[in-house]
Amino acid sequence: MSVGNGAGNGHPATLRLKLRIWRQAGPDEPGAFLDVDAHDIPEDCSFLEMLDIVNERLIEDDVEPVTFAHDCREGICGTCGVMINGRPHGPEKATATCQLHMRKFRDGDEIVIEPFRAAAFPVVKDLMVDRRAFDRVIESGGFISAPTGTAPDANEIPVPKDVADFAMDAAACIGCGACVAACPNSAAQLFTAAKLGHLNVLPQGQPERWRRAEAMVETMESFFGSCTNHGECTEACPKEISLDFIAVLNRDYLKAKVKNRRLASQT
Amino acid sequence: MKLVNPANKRRFKILVVGTGLAGASAAASLAELGYAVEAFTFHDSPRRAHSIAAQGGINAAKNYRNDGDSVYRLFYDTVKGGDYRSREANVYRLAQVSLNIIDQCAAQGVPFAREYGGLLANRSFGGAQVSRTFYARGQTGQQLLLGAYQAMAAQIAAGGVTLHNRADVLDIVVKDGEACGIIVRDLLTGEVQAHSGHAVVLATGGYGNVYYLSTNAMNCNVTAAWRAHRRGATFANPCYTQIHPTCIPASDEFQSKLTLMSESLRNDGRIWVPRSMDEARAAADVPEADRYYFLEEKYPAFGNLVPRDVASRNAKTMVDQGLGVGPLRNGVYLDFADVIARDGEAVVREKYGNLFDMYERITGEDPYRSPMRIYPATHYTMGGLWVDYNLMTNVPGLYALGECNFSDHGANRLGASALMQGLADGYFVLPYTIGDYLAPKLGSAPVPVDDPAFAAAVAEVDDRTRGWLAVRGTRSVEHYHRELGKIVWECCGMARNRTGLEKALTEIPALREEFRANVKVLGSADTTNQSLEQVNRVDDFMEMAELKVRDALHREESCGGHFREEHQTPEGEALRDDENFAYVAAWDWQGPDRPQELVKEPLEFKYVKLTQRSYK
Repeated sequence: MSVGNGAGNGHPATLRLKLRIWRQAGPDEPGAFLDVDAHDIPEDCSFLEMLDIVNERLIEDDVEPVTFAHDCREGICGTCGVMINGRPHGPEKATATCQLHMRKFRDGDEIVIEPFRAAAFPVVKDLMVDRRAFDRVIESGGFISAPTGTAPDANEIPVPKDVADFAMDAAACIGCGACVAACPNSAAQLFTAAKLGHLNVLPQGQPERWRRAEAMVETMESFFGSCTNHGECTEACPKEISLDFIAVLNRDYLKAKVKNRRLASQT
Repeated sequence: MKLVNPANKRRFKILVVGTGLAGASAAASLAELGYAVEAFTFHDSPRRAHSIAAQGGINAAKNYRNDGDSVYRLFYDTVKGGDYRSREANVYRLAQVSLNIIDQCAAQGVPFAREYGGLLANRSFGGAQVSRTFYARGQTGQQLLLGAYQAMAAQIAAGGVTLHNRADVLDIVVKDGEACGIIVRDLLTGEVQAHSGHAVVLATGGYGNVYYLSTNAMNCNVTAAWRAHRRGATFANPCYTQIHPTCIPASDEFQSKLTLMSESLRNDGRIWVPRSMDEARAAADVPEADRYYFLEEKYPAFGNLVPRDVASRNAKTMVDQGLGVGPLRNGVYLDFADVIARDGEAVVREKYGNLFDMYERITGEDPYRSPMRIYPATHYTMGGLWVDYNLMTNVPGLYALGECNFSDHGANRLGASALMQGLADGYFVLPYTIGDYLAPKLGSAPVPVDDPAFAAAVAEVDDRTRGWLAVRGTRSVEHYHRELGKIVWECCGMARNRTGLEKALTEIPALREEFRANVKVLGSADTTNQSLEQVNRVDDFMEMAELKVRDALHREESCGGHFREEHQTPEGEALRDDENFAYVAAWDWQGPDRPQELVKEPLEFKYVKLTQRSYK
């Protein structure tokens, strides 16, 4: 698309969409779809801005606006995320809901919008879910214990570039939960593996490696379903976190069970 | 500086509000010391805080590149970059602890960029003449925040930190002149609760969303800081706002926020507009003679790399003159055709691929084929709650950290310094200074939450919140926020003048009055209600905006992010008045019906020589 100086191009193209939006008053309330005729939606607006427009119109009509989680709107905070026509974050690959733009849809399209669905992510209201189970997984071991003040000079621990890059690939996870929503078992292997893959390969992460692997995997299993290698998680991931990290998780967990048991028997 | 014995620290309860870089690092570090910490965030998880969106990097005077960097040079650059409106002592301490921050973060496993030998990589950033910026791809803020969040998570698991999420802090409780607690609304149930502690720490970020459109996250707000101000904490330098030159222009009136693109793009992109307002050709078809490379022509030495404020103001001038480009004529071109022709598309892709992809995702335009369109947007706020050297506000027991305070960046913040300051305050300043306030309180219990001071504040918050549902007006909260943003951006944005500021001082109170009488908030106060969350915040912005404008009006000089059109050099550069304005403007709340009073803290410069910035 070429961009002129604006002359004769003052009105961006718009769409008319048939929306089916999930509404649910609270965690224990029944839910149902609200049908919305969304007309005059600018192609250039984002998916969440489209919901903003819908909400403004609902308010005009004295209907309570649709609740949806969102914050940074630049694809990094991980707050937003809905099922769009059955896919977490919608049709565009490697794109969080807030970065999906309406030009990816066609005039007249029907769009079904639902919350992420998983037992570990109860619905708070409408499209908003509670993902606190992720925090419990991190609290169980997703850290390197380095109390403030104890650190040696940063260059005293060299990290080979390929190791640092591998760790960064994993650490790019934004914790949005699309992996869980995409999984037929609602497993959280990709989320957990992203943190284990980040910390367990770094030299700084070695002292707690086996304890971390066992604790995080077992905490994860207390909230989420089991992984059966569908690979839907990585397809849905807005940061394209690789399935390879799940291999790291499985290997480290297995080793950890043996090592930790041996350690336990010695005490 | 008094100390608290290690065994006694657990007897002190500290409330930390906000879990971004400053809040999470403070909560973790205080808990490691043994204090009983309660942390509060309105997010569903501490990891969502907007520190996460910082792209570029974090400065530290490590001198790993052997290019002559030092603590003194970082200190000097920061004071100069702030246009001589920050406190020397605070900035020097910041430069000193910058070294420890990098050590701390590396030990936590923050995946900083590395050289092949395994040592840390650096880059030069934001026009600095040394390479002192550490980075983790374009996601430095994310990785540093996750480091601080994980350190806090370890303390949550160990019992040192109690986390309250989806907890919106709506008031600060002060009794006998000292901060003793906070009032929190549970965003799931609507329940208003009181929390009491020996000290209260605010790490609640900046006030950029007073402009409605900014690069801030949607939920960033000034509420906790503003409510503290209303309880007696002075608010310093509210007119200092940083405008970032390379953001994607708004595409329509429904635009909810603006997206920042890394400033590094200016290293290779050329900024221009057509010379004629009537230009109708596509950018690529406009011949060289009809293009106005306004930065290169006006500033031959620095060209497209002039500082943020200069680049921003010049872009605004072009758009104001009707030379803007794009469907809404609200941007200027950032053109990569020359560098693509010189170095090839592959080299450009290697350097900026992620940014080009992001631009295309948002605009639907391919920047390899047609130039990007950019326009400045509000990015960071240098003003904030006034704090002393110990980061305590003038209300004893109330501390302010990170972007929430005013102390280190003066009138303008240098690139890659926000992350540094947030972490300095949380990891290495507050843990040392808070003991000085707490030590004499050993043995005293926090004020009980059934104290009348708490009961009154709970009732006030509950009434205020429920009151919005009773207004039953005709326009949404968003509508009023957008209208406020237009006034503040127009009159107190990149360039300010007396006429505009005075106009804003009549428009803002009128809008506020209409808003309070006519806003429409639906739903209930007893469940999740996002309009209700937002209406309290917009209400506080309505008051804050007025103070911001008054501060801008009183400061009869130009400095850093504050450009008064009446005060410029013949070349159109910012003209400071060190004689009369080398002070911190701290505003003291006088009650809802009287304007704040100005308290001046003089700035003395013992080490830095005051000069006029020049980029010709």
